[in-house]
Amino acid sequence: MSTVPALAVEDLSVEFRTRSGIVKVLEHVGFSVDKGETVALVGESGSGKSVTAFAVMGILDAAGKVTSGRAMFGGADLLALGERDLAEQRGRELSMIFQNPRTALNPIRRVGLQIADVLVRHGGATRNDAPQAAIEMLKKVRIPDPERRAEAYPFELSGGMCQRIMIAIALACRPALLIADEPTTGLDVTTQAVIMDLIGELAGEAGMATIFITHDLALAAEYCDRIVVMHAGHIVEAAPGRDLFTHPRHPYSAKLLAATPGETVSLENMASIPGGLPDLRRSDLPACRYSDRCERRLGQCAQPLPQRTVGERRVVACWNPL
Amino acid sequence: MLPLLRHARYVLSENPVTGLAFGLFALFLIAALFGPVLAPYNPLQSNAAMALKPPSAAHWFGTDQLGRDIFSRVLVATRLDLTIAFASVILAFMLGALSGVAAGYFGGWTDRIVGRLADTIMAFPLFVLAMGIVAALGNEVINIVIATAIINFPLYARVARAEANVRRDAGFVEAARLSGNGEARVVLGHVLPNIMPIMMVQMSLTMGYAILNAAGLSFIGLGVRPPDAEWGIMVAEGANFIQSGEWWIALFPGATLMLAVFCFNLLGDGLRDIIDPRMRT
Amino acid sequence: MLNLLLSRLATAIPSIVGVVVVTFMLTRLLPGDPAAYFAGLAASPQAIAEIRAKLGLDKSLPEQFVGYIGDLLHGNLGNSLSTGQPVVVEIATRLPASAELTLFALIVAVAIAIPLGVLAAVKQGTWIDHTCRIVTTAGVSLPVFFTGLLFAYVFYYLLQWAPAPTGRLDVFLSPPTHITGFYLIDSALTGNLETLWGALRQLALPAISMAIFSLAPLARMTRGSMLAVLGSDFIRTARASGLSPRTVIFTYAFRNAVLPVITTLGMVFSFLLGANVLVETVFAWPGIGLYAVNALITSDYAPVQGFVLTMAILYVALNLTIDFVYGLVDPRVRLDS
Repeated sequence: MSTVPALAVEDLSVEFRTRSGIVKVLEHVGFSVDKGETVALVGESGSGKSVTAFAVMGILDAAGKVTSGRAMFGGADLLALGERDLAEQRGRELSMIFQNPRTALNPIRRVGLQIADVLVRHGGATRNDAPQAAIEMLKKVRIPDPERRAEAYPFELSGGMCQRIMIAIALACRPALLIADEPTTGLDVTTQAVIMDLIGELAGEAGMATIFITHDLALAAEYCDRIVVMHAGHIVEAAPGRDLFTHPRHPYSAKLLAATPGETVSLENMASIPGGLPDLRRSDLPACRYSDRCERRLGQCAQPLPQRTVGERRVVACWNPL
Repeated sequence: MLPLLRHARYVLSENPVTGLAFGLFALFLIAALFGPVLAPYNPLQSNAAMALKPPSAAHWFGTDQLGRDIFSRVLVATRLDLTIAFASVILAFMLGALSGVAAGYFGGWTDRIVGRLADTIMAFPLFVLAMGIVAALGNEVINIVIATAIINFPLYARVARAEANVRRDAGFVEAARLSGNGEARVVLGHVLPNIMPIMMVQMSLTMGYAILNAAGLSFIGLGVRPPDAEWGIMVAEGANFIQSGEWWIALFPGATLMLAVFCFNLLGDGLRDIIDPRMRT
Repeated sequence: MLNLLLSRLATAIPSIVGVVVVTFMLTRLLPGDPAAYFAGLAASPQAIAEIRAKLGLDKSLPEQFVGYIGDLLHGNLGNSLSTGQPVVVEIATRLPASAELTLFALIVAVAIAIPLGVLAAVKQGTWIDHTCRIVTTAGVSLPVFFTGLLFAYVFYYLLQWAPAPTGRLDVFLSPPTHITGFYLIDSALTGNLETLWGALRQLALPAISMAIFSLAPLARMTRGSMLAVLGSDFIRTARASGLSPRTVIFTYAFRNAVLPVITTLGMVFSFLLGANVLVETVFAWPGIGLYAVNALITSDYAPVQGFVLTMAILYVALNLTIDFVYGLVDPRVRLDS
């Protein structure tokens, strides 16, 4: 295992300015991904997984603002790069694929051209040989009859096909880091597995670092080396995939696991997590944002969050872990 | 009601232009109600000795070719112009809202007939259709009202239809039906009141257009007849003198007309922001 | 392509039927007794009855309607009372003047509105955006006959920049050889630069008056649809792929945003064709709008009805064209039909 991570996020905080006040969407988030490693970001919707990815990519909405932190990638801090330099990196060195592939593609541009656009932009091909290079990419993501499919519009393709096109766009320039934001949401179950296998295989071949964003802990445990659990803009636990899945240490991870249908848990026994995410606009947010929902809360929990190392590559942000 | 007021205050503070529009609207309302009392001169009284005089202290907006005081005429015309617009908007609302709600609620044939009717009207350039209607019905003010209402009808019918269609299966409608109300009662007593806010927005948005349309028709000689004071016809009269340099005859009624339409358009936008922020573009 | 054309044509049929029925009804609604009217004030009852029979007014409504359709199919819109000429001929000779004015105004409106709308959306919340909002609200509030007059006063009477607001061409210039009937095109084709310049100068003020009035819906729609597209998923994908801002805004966002704008053109044409009547009146523009207004003043109804029908058919045809163009631009529509 290499010692220099492909991406190291440190102390990342993000705020959103809204009509009803400032929302602290991320607070002191830190994690790293090694070359060739797959790390999952897991949490409920609204926990800040996607915002983390958008911040790293530099594609936050205009209302969002990075207030602190670094994202070291290839010797440079992505958060400190100007938009022009960052745009050079996006699509070439770091790529992203999204959920709902059918809306994530330009509806009135032929898919082959959309792949070609990225290749041409980053010097992967000239305008003349880009169409052929795009067809090569379509072959790589195992799209049958690629010459014909390159001429298709997204609405003529199935959701699974569109996601393969997205993957082709993301991987066209052989990036060092791939962020997959719920890539299988909105696809049917059999397609989900095919897409996950495809991503895993292509990432493995290229030795790429992969961040996989999902709310499905079981899926994360199956495909990822390590899992980072997020709750309300905090990282609450980070651990190797199997360890977390068998022995969660943070009370929230345990609840999340219990709420995941899988081999051991049937749908009837699934526990739902009491309460919802706290209102992040509150000025008096507790240090531990889970404490209001937590059954293991102690007096100590009002103190600043600890980062306890509880095993090899295993950190939990809790005063009273399991 | 309270949250709506608070939201209204928020919109007003966010967009002071809307506040300005409300102020202007109040002025126009006063002019419409008390115009004849406030006017310094008789708007119909000609005075050959004073013909074509530029604006002065005695005649703020000058005098026209017959020596009539233009300020008085502009002021008095407010009532006629706003009455035509109000009347046509209310008529369009009554026709459009009722048939639209019926179309949306009952669907089927009702829907098809109302839809076809609206489509047929929309197949004409609207001002041209209004010209044709006034020409056919006769050159009277009431026919301007009718023509303006007819060309606005499709807008109302469509909005009402869409809103009623959404609410057809809503809980409160279902409840009204189950508690033994007849269909007509459900539509008039429960569906219609519910779409009133949106229809109000529609009415204020079309007011400006209705004023423009009516003034345009009288500009080409339809509806209002001399010597009645009306902004459109006053601009038409002034047009004959503008090339000889008597600009004030057309300018003041034209500028007032423009201000009125501008005021209603701003008001419509503002009201839409207050009542339905989602429709904001 | 042919399928698309045929399917669009099919949707236009109910509109045309509706238009014909409505114009027929308008001819039957004439105030008073049309026969007495057409016979003139001094006519005897016998003469009125003759005219009634001649006009077919003694027949039942369905029969009259069939007769009306027959007349339309033969291109017969009746005769003008004041000139005695067939209405269809008079309208046909005046149509190019109106068409040139309206299309030129549309081009001016599009050329201003679309860049303004795109800029307002891309720079949302900046002064450009606020300017766009003010211009569009003010533009749609301007009575077009009043702006026309104001322009004529300022640019002709005060500044002497524009020629006298009387018609398509200065009296000292001769019209170009008739090819399309559009003075700009005909004079350019025949290389008559003096006439081209003269026609352009005459055209400028009326066209700009009309354009100001009609650019508001275009600019608003461009801004709104551009904003919606800029916030959509595929723009995020394009940005995440590092595509240049130019590519993102023009190739990705604008081409999608322009689709609803094309649909708005229908409404814009409705505005323009109405404004056309008023502007022609102000600038003594010898088109069909002025023709209809003059006929209205003399209570000459056949030209007015012919005008309403012509405008409506033109408008249906324009909407059909817009629909067809939309289908060509949007692959989802093109490939579906």
